[in-house]
Amino acid sequence: MKLREIAELVEANFITGADQAEREVSRAFAADLLSDVLAMVQEEGVLLITGMTTPQVVRVAEVMNMGAVLFVRGKLPAAATVEYAMGTGIPLLATRRIMFETCGILYKAGLHAAQRKQMPLDHALPDATRS
Amino acid sequence: MPSRTPLVLRRIYPVAPRDLEQAGTVSTEVRRELLALGMSPDVVRRASVICFEGEMNIVLYSQGGRVILLVKEDRVELLFSDDGPGIADIELVSQPGYSTAPDWARELGFGAGLGINNMEQNSDLFEIRSRVGEGTVVRATILLGVPFF
Ligand SMILES: Nc1ncnc2c1ncn2[C@@H]1O[C@H](COP(=O)(O)OP(=O)(O)OP(=O)(O)O)[C@@H](O)[C@H]1O
Ligand SMILES: [Mg+2]
Repeated sequence: MKLREIAELVEANFITGADQAEREVSRAFAADLLSDVLAMVQEEGVLLITGMTTPQVVRVAEVMNMGAVLFVRGKLPAAATVEYAMGTGIPLLATRRIMFETCGILYKAGLHAAQRKQMPLDHALPDATRS
Repeated sequence: MPSRTPLVLRRIYPVAPRDLEQAGTVSTEVRRELLALGMSPDVVRRASVICFEGEMNIVLYSQGGRVILLVKEDRVELLFSDDGPGIADIELVSQPGYSTAPDWARELGFGAGLGINNMEQNSDLFEIRSRVGEGTVVRATILLGVPFF
């Protein structure tokens, strides 16, 4: 799905990277816990949906070669983080919608979930909920 | 066995304790170095993830340290060395889910207890050595040209 379509669907603004509106993101992963992003996302080009706005979010997106970051709940990163993101070429978007709504809208419109890596504690789950 | 193949690149990056403004920048630099060397996307991704986890652990849990990047003809080695406090029970901290992350680290999105496991999963060779009161060295090695599953 193109970033432009994503922005329209959830009424998000480009904080940076508006020139990349035609960029395609393969799939999406939503989390505030960066530890989970680092441990579970295995593909590149994934859209990160998050309410966390620290400088580390953009650095994680950069080292994992993610497609874009979409901030939810009206949260905005600090100016220095935005400036840093410009240098990396990773587009940042922001919506006022909460994470649940944002994910629901995009999922319904056909954006797929990122594949989640098999995790060491998966066998401890009551049943196999991994897809 | 230490590898005797020629060194292609060596970089040493200091890491300050609890410096949240800078935390993660070493990993972005390591990634750029590996991209500039023309490393495969798979190697770059694995090394970058390992580096981020290792760098964050130095920032969050140590009194400061350094990340050392060694690129040899047949491998990429990342060493995370710090000046304490050291780890008393390496087996315990390596268990997925085990974390002593303080609240301020959890508020920043860390502390799932997955980092060491993630580093190991992305490495071909992985080793932690530590002495309480002195420090910890984590060594993660990616072998080049070896299929990774
Ligand atoms: N360099 C270090 N010195 C001392 N203790 C450490 C060091 N690195 C890790 N630890 C200890 O090991 C625990 C587990 O580390 P690990 O990276 O696996 O998870 P985490 O940092 O707690 O959470 P996550 O990495 O998922 O955000 C830490 O909570 C900490 O107690
Ligand atoms: Mg960690």
